[in-house]
Amino acid sequence: MEWIQQLVNGISLGSIYALIALGYTMVYGIIKLLNFAHGEVFMIGAFTGFYGITFLNLSFIPALILAMVVCSILGMLIERVAYRRLRRSTRIAALITAIGVSLFIQYVMIYFRGATPEAYPDIVPRQNIEFLGIKFNSQALFILLITIILMILLQYIVHRTKMGKAMRAVSLDMDAARLMGINVDNTISATFAIGSALAGAAGVIFGMYYTSIDPLMGLLPGIKAFVAAVLGGIGIIPGAMVGGFILGIVETGVSALGYSNWRDAAAFIILILILIFRPSGIFGKNTREKV
Amino acid sequence: MKTMKISRFWIFFITVLIVYGIGEFLIATGRIDSFYENLMITIAINIILAVSLHLVIGITGQLSIGHAGFFAIGAYFAAIFTMNMGLPFPVALILAGIVSAIAGFIVGMPSLRLRGDYLAIATLGFAEIIRIIFLNWEYVGGASGMTVTKMTTWQYSFIFLLITIIVIANFTNSRHGRACISIREDEIAADSMGINTTYYKVLAFVIGSLFAGIAGGLYSHNFYFLQPVNFGVLKSFDILIYVVLGGLGSMSGAIISATLLTLVSTYFQNFPEIRMVLYSLVLIIIMLYRPQGLMGSKEITDLFRRKKSVKGGPHYENIGT
Repeated sequence: MEWIQQLVNGISLGSIYALIALGYTMVYGIIKLLNFAHGEVFMIGAFTGFYGITFLNLSFIPALILAMVVCSILGMLIERVAYRRLRRSTRIAALITAIGVSLFIQYVMIYFRGATPEAYPDIVPRQNIEFLGIKFNSQALFILLITIILMILLQYIVHRTKMGKAMRAVSLDMDAARLMGINVDNTISATFAIGSALAGAAGVIFGMYYTSIDPLMGLLPGIKAFVAAVLGGIGIIPGAMVGGFILGIVETGVSALGYSNWRDAAAFIILILILIFRPSGIFGKNTREKV
Repeated sequence: MKTMKISRFWIFFITVLIVYGIGEFLIATGRIDSFYENLMITIAINIILAVSLHLVIGITGQLSIGHAGFFAIGAYFAAIFTMNMGLPFPVALILAGIVSAIAGFIVGMPSLRLRGDYLAIATLGFAEIIRIIFLNWEYVGGASGMTVTKMTTWQYSFIFLLITIIVIANFTNSRHGRACISIREDEIAADSMGINTTYYKVLAFVIGSLFAGIAGGLYSHNFYFLQPVNFGVLKSFDILIYVVLGGLGSMSGAIISATLLTLVSTYFQNFPEIRMVLYSLVLIIIMLYRPQGLMGSKEITDLFRRKKSVKGGPHYENIGT
C-alpha cells in the first residue's frame, strides 16, 4: 500500500505544477510568449502568503486569497510594462525580455531581503488520516481539494463567462477578435491576471507543503511547469492540468525508487521525449505547416 | 577587389598583433597584477562563448538557450583529461572541444527538428540534464566538485580566441555560412532551393558546441575549483545575453557586448544583487527600445566601408520563428 501514498504525494506535487502550468499555457495560448517570469510570480505568491501569515496573522485561506490578488496585480503590471510593447516584435526579443523580467524580480527580492530561505509557518495541521489501512497526509489531501476548486473555477471562467469567451477568441485569432469589438488589451491583461493568481496560489501551497521558501525558488518549478504545459499540449487548459499531474507522479515515482538525485532530470527527459515524438503534446492536434 | 581583400587581411593581422602585444607587454612587465590578467582571460572565454553561440543563433537562426551545457562538458572533460589522464593542456582543450562537439551532435540531431520556443526549451532541458549528470557523477566529484590546477594563461586564451574568431568568421563567409544564413532568413525557402537544412543546422550547432567546449576547458583551468553549480540556467542566459545585446547576426557585436558585460559584472562583483538588478534592467530596456541589439546586424568593419552597392539589405527578423 506504500505506492498509494506515493501516488497521493505525487498528485499533490503535480497539482502545484498544474497550477503554475495553467498560467504558462494560458499566456502562451493567447500571445505565444514563453513567460519566463511566471516562476517568479509563483515565488512572490509564496512570499506574500508568508508575510500575510506571519505579520497580518491571517489564516490559510485569507493568505491564499491575498497572494492571489497580489500576484494578479503583479502579472498585469508585468504585462503592461514589459510585454505589451513587444507584441509585434520578434520571438527572441520577447523571450529575452521575459528572462530579464524574471532576473529582475528575483534580484530585487534578494536585494531587499537577502537570499536566505524562510521557514513557512505550519498553518494547516499535518496529520495522517487512516482510511482502509492506507495512511494519507492530510495536507496532501487539502492541497488536492484546493487545486480542484481552483480548476473548476477556472473552467467556469473560461467557458461560461464573457471574459472567458473573449480570451478564447483572442487566442484563436487576435485580429479577428479585435474586428469583432473585443478589447484585446484588456483580455490579455485578464489572462495574465488569472494565470498569475493561480501561480500565486501555487506559491502559498508550495510554501505550506515544503515549509521552506527562498527568492530563487521560482526558477525550477517554473521551468518544470512549462514542461507540464508542453506535455499536455501548450495552449490547452485541461492539458496543463493533466501534464502537471503526470509530471508530479513521475517525479515522486523516481524519488520513491531511490533515484532522488535524478528527479529533476526526469522532468527534462520527459520534455525531450515529448518534443521529439509528439511536439503538440498529449491533447494537441498536429497542425500542418503551410508555406 | 583582390588588393582590397589583402589589405583587410593585413588590417586584421596588425590589430591582432597589437592586441596581443599590449596584453603580453602588460603582463610580462608586471604592470598589471593577476586580478587583471584573470579579467583578460575571463573576457577571452566569454568572447569565445558569445561567438560560438552567435553562429547558432545569429547566423543559423536556431534559438538555443542551453549553451552552458556544452560549456560544462568542455570544462569537465578538459579537467578529466589533464588531472586524471595527465594529458598536456592544449591537447586536453582540443579533445574537450571534440567531446563537446559530439555531445552537440547527439543533442542537435533530435532537437533541431524543433523550432522557435520548442527548440529553446529543449536545449534548456538538455543543458539541465547535462548539469544533473555531472552533479551525480562521482568520478568528477559530484556536487562537491573537483579541484583543477591552474593552467590557463593569457597566451592560451588569446590563441584559442583567435582560432575561434577566424574559424567562425571564415565559416560565415563561406558557402556553408551562406547556406546557414538562408536557413535563418527562411527555412522553407532554403529547403526548396536545395539546401540540406538539417545538415547545416546540425553543423552550425556542432561547431558552436566545439568552441563552447574549448571555452569550458579554459574556464575550468582558470579557477581552481569546478562545480556543477556554475553551469546552471543562469550561465546559459548570460551567454545568450551577450549575443542578443550585441546584435543578432553581428559577430563584432557579440565580441563587444561580451567584453563590456564582463567588465561591468567584474566591476560590480562585490555587489552581486545590484549587479543583477542593473543587468536585468538594461536587458529589458534594450529589448524594449532597441530590440535589434547594440550593433544590429552590422559588423564593426562595415563602418569603415564605403557605401554598399547591394540593395534591399539583409533583414534579420526571422530568428527564432
